[in-house]
Amino acid sequence: MSDVLERVTSIIVDRLGVDAEKVTLEASFKEDLNADSLDVVELIMELEDEFNLEISDEDAEKITTVGEVVNYIQSHT
Amino acid sequence: MFAGLEGKKALVTGASRGIGRAIAIALAEAGADVAINYSGSEQAAAETAEAVRELGRKAIIIKANVGLAAEFEDMVKQVVEQLGAIDILVNNAGITRDNLIMRMKEEEFDQVIETNLKGVFNGIKAVTRPMMKQRSGKIINISSVVGVLGNPGQANYVAAKAGVIGLTKASARELAARNITVNCVAPGFIQTDMTDKLPDDMKQSLAGQIPLAKLGEAADIANAVRFLASDAASYMTGQTIHVDGGMYM
Repeated sequence: MSDVLERVTSIIVDRLGVDAEKVTLEASFKEDLNADSLDVVELIMELEDEFNLEISDEDAEKITTVGEVVNYIQSHT
Repeated sequence: MFAGLEGKKALVTGASRGIGRAIAIALAEAGADVAINYSGSEQAAAETAEAVRELGRKAIIIKANVGLAAEFEDMVKQVVEQLGAIDILVNNAGITRDNLIMRMKEEEFDQVIETNLKGVFNGIKAVTRPMMKQRSGKIINISSVVGVLGNPGQANYVAAKAGVIGLTKASARELAARNITVNCVAPGFIQTDMTDKLPDDMKQSLAGQIPLAKLGEAADIANAVRFLASDAASYMTGQTIHVDGGMYM
C-alpha cells in the first residue's frame, strides 16, 4: 500500500505541481489538486506506464480521487 | 524559407497517390521519415515509399482503413514501433461518392462521412496519447474549398470537409495546452485522379471560378502542409489555410 501510494504521490506532485502533503487518499484530483480533465487523462497515462497496466477508458472515467487510483492499481497488479 | 523537419517522424494517410503522395515526398524533402498509409493500391504506395527513400529518408507503408478506429490505432502503434515516434500526422485520406441529394443513397453518404470525417477523428484520437507524452505534435487535416463554398452533387463530401474544419478547431483548443497544434489545409481544384473523374461541365464551371485561372498542383498543397508541420508554424493552431487559386477569400 505505502509503496504504491508513494509512487503515485510522486507522479502527482511532478505532474500537477502540488505539495506532497496535499496528496491524501481522500484528495479529489479536480477539486483538491486543481487538475483539469486533460490533466487527469494524462496522469492516468503516466500511471499506466509506471505500473505497467492498462486502465480502460470506462474505469478511468470513474477515478476521481487519489485513493481510488491507488485501490485500482493494487487490485490490478 | 522553411524550418527543416530533420529527425521528425510523419504519418500521411491516403499517401499512395495524388495530394497525399506529394505531401509524403515534401515532408521527406524537408528531412522527415514517413509512414505511408494506403487502402487500395499497394503498388502505388510502394512507389511513394521508393520516392521517399531516394531522398535518403526512411519509409514504411501501412494498409489501413482510416474509418475504422481500431485500424487507425494499430497503424499508429506500428509507426511508433518502426519509426520510433510520431511527430506529424497528416489526415489526407478521402473518397468521393458524388450524387444529387435526391439520388444519393444512404451508404454513399455514410461511406464519405466515415472515411473523410470520422477518419480524421480516429487519427487525432490515435496520436493524442503519444503526442501528449512527448509534449509536442503537429496534426494537419486536409479539408477542401467545397467545405466552405458548397458544391452541388457533393452533399456528403461537403458536409465531411466542413466538418473537418470544425474538428480542427475543437481539437486545436483541446490540445493546445499540450503543445500539439492542429491546423487544416483546404485545397481548391487540384490536378489529381480524384478531380479527373469529375464531369467536364463541372470542371469547366469550376475553372471559371478560379481567380488564378488554372488548376493547382499537388505540390502547392504539399508546400502548405510542410510549412504547418514545421516549427515555422508553431504559433498557429486551429487555422485553415486556403490553397485554391483564390476561389475562397
